[in-house]
Amino acid sequence: MKILVCISNVPDTTTKVKFKEDNTLLDDSGIQWIINPWDELALTRALELKEDAGNSVNEVCVINVGGSLTEATLRKALAIGADKAIRIDACPSDAYHVAGQIAEYLKENVYDLIFSGIESSDYNGSSVGAMLAEFMNYSGISSVTNVNLDDDIVVSRAIPGGKQMIKTETPFVAIVQKGIAKEPRIPSMRGIMMARKKPLEVIPAAELPVLTQTVKFELPQAKGTCKMIDPEHVEQLVELLKNEAKVL
Amino acid sequence: MNFEFTEEHLMIRDAARDFAQRELLPGVIERDDKAIYPTEQVKKLAELGFLGMLVGSKYDGGGMDTISYVLAMEEISKVDSSVAVIMSVNNSLVCWGVEKYGTEEQKEKYLKPMARGEKIGAFLLSEPEAGSDATSQRTTAIDMGDHYLVNGTKNWITNGKSASTYIVFAQTHKELKHRGINALIVEADTEGISVGPHENKMGMRASDTHSVMFNNVKVPKENRLGEEGFGFKLAMKSLEGGRIGIASQALGIASGAYELALKYAQERKAFGKEIINHQVIAFKLADMAVEIEAARYFCLKAAWLKDQGKPYGHASAMAKLYAAETAMKVTTEAVQIHGGYGYVKEYHVERLMREAKLTQIYEGTSEIQKIVISRGLMD
Ligand SMILES: Cc1cc2nc3c(=O)[nH]c(=O)nc-3n(C[C@H](O)[C@H](O)[C@H](O)COP(=O)(O)OP(=O)(O)OC[C@H]3O[C@@H](n4cnc5c(N)ncnc54)[C@H](O)[C@@H]3O)c2cc1C
Repeated sequence: MKILVCISNVPDTTTKVKFKEDNTLLDDSGIQWIINPWDELALTRALELKEDAGNSVNEVCVINVGGSLTEATLRKALAIGADKAIRIDACPSDAYHVAGQIAEYLKENVYDLIFSGIESSDYNGSSVGAMLAEFMNYSGISSVTNVNLDDDIVVSRAIPGGKQMIKTETPFVAIVQKGIAKEPRIPSMRGIMMARKKPLEVIPAAELPVLTQTVKFELPQAKGTCKMIDPEHVEQLVELLKNEAKVL
Repeated sequence: MNFEFTEEHLMIRDAARDFAQRELLPGVIERDDKAIYPTEQVKKLAELGFLGMLVGSKYDGGGMDTISYVLAMEEISKVDSSVAVIMSVNNSLVCWGVEKYGTEEQKEKYLKPMARGEKIGAFLLSEPEAGSDATSQRTTAIDMGDHYLVNGTKNWITNGKSASTYIVFAQTHKELKHRGINALIVEADTEGISVGPHENKMGMRASDTHSVMFNNVKVPKENRLGEEGFGFKLAMKSLEGGRIGIASQALGIASGAYELALKYAQERKAFGKEIINHQVIAFKLADMAVEIEAARYFCLKAAWLKDQGKPYGHASAMAKLYAAETAMKVTTEAVQIHGGYGYVKEYHVERLMREAKLTQIYEGTSEIQKIVISRGLMD
């Protein structure tokens, strides 16, 4: 059995976000890139499944649609334990484009289980996994918190107030939620050394239309300074709420 | 000249940082306070391969360069120097010597388990009356034909209790002075060895420092490391590399304290503004940042020389001296910036200050580094 894990390359969660070119593009200078946290957990679960001798998983491959900048992130995935990495050489314009590129790859290369994160921590589109399942005509199960490959393939998903267990057949797309693995793995020295020899294949992008275009990004307004009012002077508070904040 | 790290260097630095934040930070204050040996943490450190990261992959090590080692030591020491010193002694004082000068049999039997981190090593040079002056070894290793008979006491031994493998320095030919010293690989459970109580230290309280006593301990001849009489030279050569580890530890202690102080100074208010907006505090932080950066260059330079196969003893002494002095200064200022809060354990900086002090003492005091450096000037 072969598992494909979709990896999104995202800015570190502590990044101070800035935009350029008239607020239409992310200013990526000085950004530290990481594996999208949901994808990192999916990769961890995929590796656990491979290591569990009871399963027949014999390959875990990671795939990313992106420019050469993302290769450091893919090599980290290899150091963590993925067997090989694929980079589809295209700018990941929107979810439709990304899912379309991965689907093109899947048409030529068969995988039994495809993991995708429920969202990515950059643009939070939450669409790639579902679109990919649709393109491939595979079942797509969202909000997955566990995948079990024992005799039957049983997928657990989080639903409000509880859990739902679903039986399915391969191939399918598991769109994972946090909880799919306990915590992401830290690459070991051995893993980092072995990653040097693992394949990172770059394949050209398929000719696919880009259907959307970002017109503008806006940052939330900076928080104003906090004004402290003496509890003795409630009338001051009322005055400010009325005339300055204009909410009364 | 190239000031860029490779992608792999950054991956190792991040791995060490994640490990330190995730596994070492929780509980570090309690382990230090109660002097609890970090058993679980060392096990995980071994699983990730940090305990043998400098050993070649042929001998089950991580096969990483010394630059990577500096980066990893810095990140781990930012959080917990008790763990960092275990890693440093195992890598650069014990594994290095066996890998460089050991026989194939010694490497198979002793190096591999240490490189995998399954067993820990210790370096037994100092004695109650031989510290800075390591030439005046009183421990003896009498040549008995097929074995050496070892008698004496070693002091201040890091990993004294947790180690399974000792490298012991002892005098075989007293008349030859330091040229009569041998280095022997000794299994810690050999009959006649006893370990003294845990030293109740000022800092790095979770690392196990003990004296180790040898009473008629038989060590097979094949366990001698290097040629007859090579022991003292081996000790000095091992310390040349060890000092890169301790310099990086000092660098980590300094940068850990600096990061905490910088954050605190941006949050704490006094006289109507964040204290970083008082120029005296801002300038303190500027001085700290400059000295830390200089210490980092010293460490990386020494590491680079070692990786290039060039002489690095002079550079590593400079790195150790400068980084240790920087750690002491920076941690003292970090406590000052924290005010009263800096004086209590919760804020970490008082612990870092206690840890910094040790970096000026072990693997050659700051005074001894100046002796090494000034002698180098005349070469
Ligand atoms: C926590 C801890 C862990 C240690 N771990 C190990 C270990 O794993 N293995 C090991 O072998 N040792 C270890 N040591 C020992 C350490 O290396 C020695 O303590 C150190 O070398 C200093 O020796 P000393 O304590 O005997 O001090 P001394 O040599 O007595 O020095 C006392 C003072 O005199 C100064 N001094 C000495 N000679 C000169 C000189 N010629 N010129 C100017 N000043 C001089 C010193 O700088 C110092 O200030 C450890 C020590 C500690 C505290």
